[in-house]
Amino acid sequence: MKSLAELEAIRKATLSRINVRKEEKGETTRVVVGMATCGIAAGARPVMLAFVDEIQKRQLQHVTVSQTGCVGMCRLEPMVDVYVPGQEKVTYVHVKPEMVPRIVAEHVVNGRPVEEYTIGAADNN
Amino acid sequence: MKEIALHLLDIVQNSVTAGAGHVNITFDLGADGMLSMTVEDDGRGMSKEFVQSVQSPFVTTRSTRKVGLGIPLLMQNAMLSGGDVHIDSEQGKGTTITARFGTRSIDCLPLGDLASTMASIVMGSPDKPEFSLTCRSPKGEMSFSTEEIRPVLEGVSLAEPGVVQWIKESLEEEITPILGGIMQ
Repeated sequence: MKSLAELEAIRKATLSRINVRKEEKGETTRVVVGMATCGIAAGARPVMLAFVDEIQKRQLQHVTVSQTGCVGMCRLEPMVDVYVPGQEKVTYVHVKPEMVPRIVAEHVVNGRPVEEYTIGAADNN
Repeated sequence: MKEIALHLLDIVQNSVTAGAGHVNITFDLGADGMLSMTVEDDGRGMSKEFVQSVQSPFVTTRSTRKVGLGIPLLMQNAMLSGGDVHIDSEQGKGTTITARFGTRSIDCLPLGDLASTMASIVMGSPDKPEFSLTCRSPKGEMSFSTEEIRPVLEGVSLAEPGVVQWIKESLEEEITPILGGIMQ
């Protein structure tokens, strides 16, 4: 079994990251995943955990991942909203775990939305 | 839904919305292959009339629209496998929902990735309620609770990516020996 000692180590590592976050006072980017019945059935769970993995892997300080309910466009699930401070909200649709590293690298880190995955691109098809 | 674990992720949201302080989740696999999944909460509970009507897809507590498919879909999949769903609720006390699945039926869903589901549940509601998970089968028993790990974290949120990964990985190791036979 993974031990509580291991969790203690994770706590310490996380705590130092949180302190950096507080000192730098950078604004936080929010990643919000739709996790209602429709989102879950369409595959939102692995998408959300892929964001968690990617953020942990890159040790990103100013990014949070959270969950929301159904926004009424169930046919486009799994849907993910990315809020980068100072930019307009971007909505990604039909998101798959394989798409997550690119969204994190290009949009969350570098501020350039991945146009082809967005709701705008989906509407044009 | 493609997994029983995804149904769990879905219906636990009802307990959270009901303002529960504690949500106890139990998986019990009998020697006869019957799996019962129980979600017990101390949320606000439902009236007798509402318990009766909640099986209908056209009843929901949300105000944005008039359909709610969580429980109807769970019932459909439980019944397809020769099982059933039982809801016990009292206003002001809480709700217990038990879904039984016949895991030897060809129509039964796999249990799926229960560890990922628990990590997602805890991440979605890191502060309240407290969640516990118990898994039992003829092969053994395991249990996990957010109340156990909260003191170790000393105020660090359960939604921190590192903590979420720890929950997922440690549960995977513990659940597989007990329920591994029905996971896929």
